[in-house]
Amino acid sequence: MNKFTGIRGRVWFKALTGQASSMPGDPHSVLTADAQIGDDKARFLCVVPDPDGRFPCARRGEVGLEEAYTLAARVREAIGADKESAKRPIIAIVDVKSQAYGRREETAGIHLAGAAAADAYATARFAGHPVITLIVGQAISGGFLTHGYQANCLLAFDDDGVLIHAMHKEAAARITRRTVAQLDKLAETVTPLSYNVRDYAKLGLLYRLLHVSNPEDPAPEDVSLVRHEVIAAIQDARKASPDLINRTESEAACVARKASRLVRARLEEQWNH
Amino acid sequence: MRDPILTREYLKRRSFIELSARDRAKCLFDSGTGLELAGPFDRIESPWLAMQDVTPEADDGCIVMRGTIGGQQAVVIAFAGAFQGGAIGEVSGAKLTAALDLARADNEKGIRTNAVLLLETGGVRLQEANLGLAAVAEIISSIIALRRHAPVISLTAGTVGCFGGMSLAAGVASYVVMTPEGRLGLNGPEVIEEESGVEEFDASDRSLIWSVFGGRQRYDQGLADALVDDDADQIAKTVRDLIAQGVPPVHRSEQIDLYRSRITALDNARQWNPEELHFRASQNKEENR
Repeated sequence: MNKFTGIRGRVWFKALTGQASSMPGDPHSVLTADAQIGDDKARFLCVVPDPDGRFPCARRGEVGLEEAYTLAARVREAIGADKESAKRPIIAIVDVKSQAYGRREETAGIHLAGAAAADAYATARFAGHPVITLIVGQAISGGFLTHGYQANCLLAFDDDGVLIHAMHKEAAARITRRTVAQLDKLAETVTPLSYNVRDYAKLGLLYRLLHVSNPEDPAPEDVSLVRHEVIAAIQDARKASPDLINRTESEAACVARKASRLVRARLEEQWNH
Repeated sequence: MRDPILTREYLKRRSFIELSARDRAKCLFDSGTGLELAGPFDRIESPWLAMQDVTPEADDGCIVMRGTIGGQQAVVIAFAGAFQGGAIGEVSGAKLTAALDLARADNEKGIRTNAVLLLETGGVRLQEANLGLAAVAEIISSIIALRRHAPVISLTAGTVGCFGGMSLAAGVASYVVMTPEGRLGLNGPEVIEEESGVEEFDASDRSLIWSVFGGRQRYDQGLADALVDDDADQIAKTVRDLIAQGVPPVHRSEQIDLYRSRITALDNARQWNPEELHFRASQNKEENR
């Protein structure tokens, strides 16, 4: 596990909002703040580790029941408040090691909690809120689906500490009956298998890869660069289609996601035969 | 002694679970109307599997069928649990997303088109890792865009169940239908045991698995809208009824306070008995009021 998991989220939340606290009544694992960025007051959200959290399987930066429902509630609160006014940007700062793997979670139906959060982000996007995701560390599996993957624009640091994937490497190797070395070798040619963020960028899903000199302890120039890029993303999101079609239409996606595009074209042709 | 009439009824019923994904899809449509799109003869295979010495399939384990259900336009998207555990790859994921988007476009033109998802899937196909995960995010978005216009029904009959990221897709659906043989959850038993230890979840304990993930439990706790026996005619009728019912006034995944309140009161120092979460009875009472 990356030694910085969960640290980067708090660091960047603080760098961009000037604070790092939960809203009243929320678990300490979810940071929410409304802060100025460019001409907008945006809502920032981040999931961070809380060693004293209520649920034992969600204390190390995983997205559990409380985190997912809190994100859902805080995003919907912003949608409700802006119903008749300008739609504030919603910024998800992402450093999540995974969803919570626990029996209480499954018994309660964590899939619905995750669905509620994804629903809130997507609903915000369709309602005209620019939804921007800044991946500063890990963005893994159900944790990422719950927090971040519904954004108009995905921005990620070009850095070895950034990990975007469906499953941690050791577990993925085990389940597909490979060694980690074999998986690494395959990932050189099979781009979606790779754990490298530059390979992820080749899939055409990212809006921008950001070069930040020190992601754990950002210098003022790093913060101002990120701020600048997020503002640009907000402006582009306001002009773009509110769905996720851009993820298959980018230049890189035209190469890497050829099969996705072919499927869509074929279905369109045959839909009304 | 067993009632002989019940036995005959039981023998007469046509199992849905024993049908292939294609036949499952077909039996939901008004007779003779189900037509497959982007089918096996279009040969759109996964471009990633052969590179890993895994044999691809000509339909990538996903069947898209169009026709009418109860006289209304509908699209059914079925995952074949028999191929790669129904896991979502680039092609199968794109089929589902594009079908949902085309249904939405028809609705926007005034042609009411409903969607039924037959979810038998372990989640993201790990051989296509990041493109599978991306597809799931897009599927969730497209369900949310469509369900404003027409109901999106998630059906998990078994025996694979619906797990991983696709459980979130079921979570945002308008209606969830299950059989007692279906299972629904984010992390399957093996994954929890692997990640959090056997004390957390003993994946060899069958009764524990069914008591947590099984269709009956999900229905009793109010996380599924209908529980139907493994009977193709009954399942088709349930789907028809839900389509006739239309878009629910509020979707389950929008009701944050309701579902959150059900867990905040529980004592967290111990594991929960699944029966503590049976809210169906009180829910029915509220709905009838």
